Amino acid sequence: MEQAPPDLERQWQPAPLEPLGHADAGLQAAVGEEAEGSRDEVPGDGTMTENNFGLKKIEISVSEAEKRTGRNAMNMQETYTAYLIETRSVEHTDGQSVLTDSLWRRYSEFELLRNYLLVYYPHIVVPPLPEKRAEFVWHKLSADNMDPDFVERRRIGLENFLLRVASHPILCRDKIFYLFLTQEGNWKETVNETGFQLKADSRLKALNATFRVKNPDKRFTELKHYSDELQSVISHLLRVRARVADRLYGVYKVHGNYGRVFSEWSAIEKEMGDGLQSAGHHMDVYASSIDDILEDEEHYADQLKEYLFYAEALRAVCRKHELMQYDLEMAAQDLASKKQQCEELATGTVRTFSLKGMTTKLFGQETPEQREARIKVLEEQINEGEQQLKSKNLEGREFKFGPMLRNALARCNPVK
Amino acid sequence: MDMNSFSPMMPTSPLSMINQIKFEDEPDLKDLFITVDEPESHVTTIETFITYRIITKTSRGEFDSSEFEVRRRYQDFLWLKGKLEEAHPTLIIPPLPEKFIVKGMVERFNDDFIETRRKALHKFLNRIADHPTLTFNEDFKVFLTAQAWELSSHKKQGPGLLSRMGQTVRAVALSMRGVKSRPEEFMEMNNFIEVFSQKINLIDKISQRIYKEEREYSDEMKEYGPIHILWSASEEDLVDTLKGIASCIDKCSKATEKRMCGLSEALLPVVHEYVLYSEMLMGVMKRRDQIQAELDSKVEALTYKKADTDLLTEEIGKLEDKVECANNALKADWERWRHNMQNDIKSAFTDMAEENIQYYEQIRNRGLEKSNSLYDLT
Repeated sequence: MEQAPPDLERQWQPAPLEPLGHADAGLQAAVGEEAEGSRDEVPGDGTMTENNFGLKKIEISVSEAEKRTGRNAMNMQETYTAYLIETRSVEHTDGQSVLTDSLWRRYSEFELLRNYLLVYYPHIVVPPLPEKRAEFVWHKLSADNMDPDFVERRRIGLENFLLRVASHPILCRDKIFYLFLTQEGNWKETVNETGFQLKADSRLKALNATFRVKNPDKRFTELKHYSDELQSVISHLLRVRARVADRLYGVYKVHGNYGRVFSEWSAIEKEMGDGLQSAGHHMDVYASSIDDILEDEEHYADQLKEYLFYAEALRAVCRKHELMQYDLEMAAQDLASKKQQCEELATGTVRTFSLKGMTTKLFGQETPEQREARIKVLEEQINEGEQQLKSKNLEGREFKFGPMLRNALARCNPVK
Repeated sequence: MDMNSFSPMMPTSPLSMINQIKFEDEPDLKDLFITVDEPESHVTTIETFITYRIITKTSRGEFDSSEFEVRRRYQDFLWLKGKLEEAHPTLIIPPLPEKFIVKGMVERFNDDFIETRRKALHKFLNRIADHPTLTFNEDFKVFLTAQAWELSSHKKQGPGLLSRMGQTVRAVALSMRGVKSRPEEFMEMNNFIEVFSQKINLIDKISQRIYKEEREYSDEMKEYGPIHILWSASEEDLVDTLKGIASCIDKCSKATEKRMCGLSEALLPVVHEYVLYSEMLMGVMKRRDQIQAELDSKVEALTYKKADTDLLTEEIGKLEDKVECANNALKADWERWRHNMQNDIKSAFTDMAEENIQYYEQIRNRGLEKSNSLYDLT
């Protein structure tokens, strides 16, 4: 908890309680859902009233990738890849789709969008992006982000991300998301204006920080374990898969060496010459066939990576919940102690050791007016604290685990 | 006893020798059958060595009996080879396995090394038995039939060590000369030998490298499968699928092991034998050149009338015969060797291809099984 260095005055004031979620966007929609128990859209600041943005109305595709050069923030020239996002809205009853928008975005803008969603919807498992850098690489695959195969797989991953966000009942209504798909210029400024970076709880960044929660929610403890196990097993799987791919590549490529030797040998043979030539040629074909085989396998690896990132996202949600729970407990504790102080002041009894008690003894008792004032302040703070507690409890209830991950896994695609 | 593809069927009686598998290029009836087996370790105060049991069954008249059993050690084989080279300098003597293996492909040095050597020694003796000329060599007969002490005393006969050494020095000097006057057909032969030697050595290296890569692939697969089982422990819905994947990977791993086995039994020994053969061939060329050089130096001596001309002419006559014999022997043997080499290489690679086809069929069947079970799930 971030606090100013403790001094006498400060001790009587509660530590600032920062709400973790933006009050309007996520919460309102959630409250709306809670109250109505239906998936109807709720008008509010962060929701779409103009367009119904569910997947049934919009088709999204990331159709192309293009290499671009430009100047970065430090005015140095850089090369990057831009992706074309096309959206079509299915407006007419006969199902005809009309091209609504198309614009170009680069990976960093996707990242910005996701980070925004993470802050404003802490209770939702936000779909993952394809990896920033090629990991679990086996030796042939270039870790080069400009490699065409990598770019192609990234394109698919980005499309999946957008489709998943658009099909999420809550996320699809977000205005920033809508603008991402429709407003090419100025979008970055718009996102930054929401001030989400400030709202992001820096405590979450401290990966090692543990928050000792007195009554951990069993569901979330289970989820945390599940996501940890999943992350660990998939990482292991990906590492070994990379090694297997490397070895298999080796087997095929060494066979390729036969090609040249057979060919040279055939030159001195009469009857065997043709046979050797042909064998050599087939060895070359065999050796080069591995490239396509392993490229296909990369798509399988990509799906595994997706679930790995989902597990990470799930873990993040659990962590935010943990943090929130911790704040809640701290707030409740604080409230309890305030109430006690209030009571003590009112009845004039000092049951617990306090600095005020000491100073009273040393400097004389305070006047009744002072005491009244103090009681009033405390009562106000108590009210505030109770309010905060209420809202935190509400937020807490929103940390429902979406069925998304389990379903996603059940859809596990056939592999080889 | 190891009945692999290189050993002829062991007949139980001379009569059953009539129905035999064709071995190498011998269309006639085989009448000499040899097996090498039962390696045994012998420990004396001076040394430890291995002997191999050699069983010979034959219907030939010149053998005193129809069946023989003796024990021989590697040194004895070396001796035999030396004698054969001496008696037939321009014949292509089959190669012996090396004395030591510096960088072997086998992992456990002892048992696999001995087994590989045993197989190679078995091949060595059978190749001699099938050779039209070598099979009737006297030393060969002694090797197959004599008891230990008989062999020792037989070995002591013949030119002593010193005289053999003297010959070697002279031989080197002569061979240089012989190269220059080599007839055209032997130039071609030499060219072939050089290229062949280079290529077969490369193939040897490549094949061993493939074995190593397949071994490492198989090892990784062994780790890959179980991870899926571990994963299935935390996913109720996917238990069957994941276990299915794990078992498929396991079968692939086993199929790879089988493929490696095929490689190490069908291909690697054959390729390696021909690597040794190519070294042998170079030796044969040298010896031929030496014989030729002997003649040439005498002819030269005659031209310059350096010594008694009558004596020289007589010697030259003998040498000319010798050269002609040597050349013809080599030519004939060369054709035979070429023919055998092609057959051996062809069948080694075909066997390998068969193994590979089986391997890929297995993998494909596993893959189909797996995707069927996955489709059932969805």
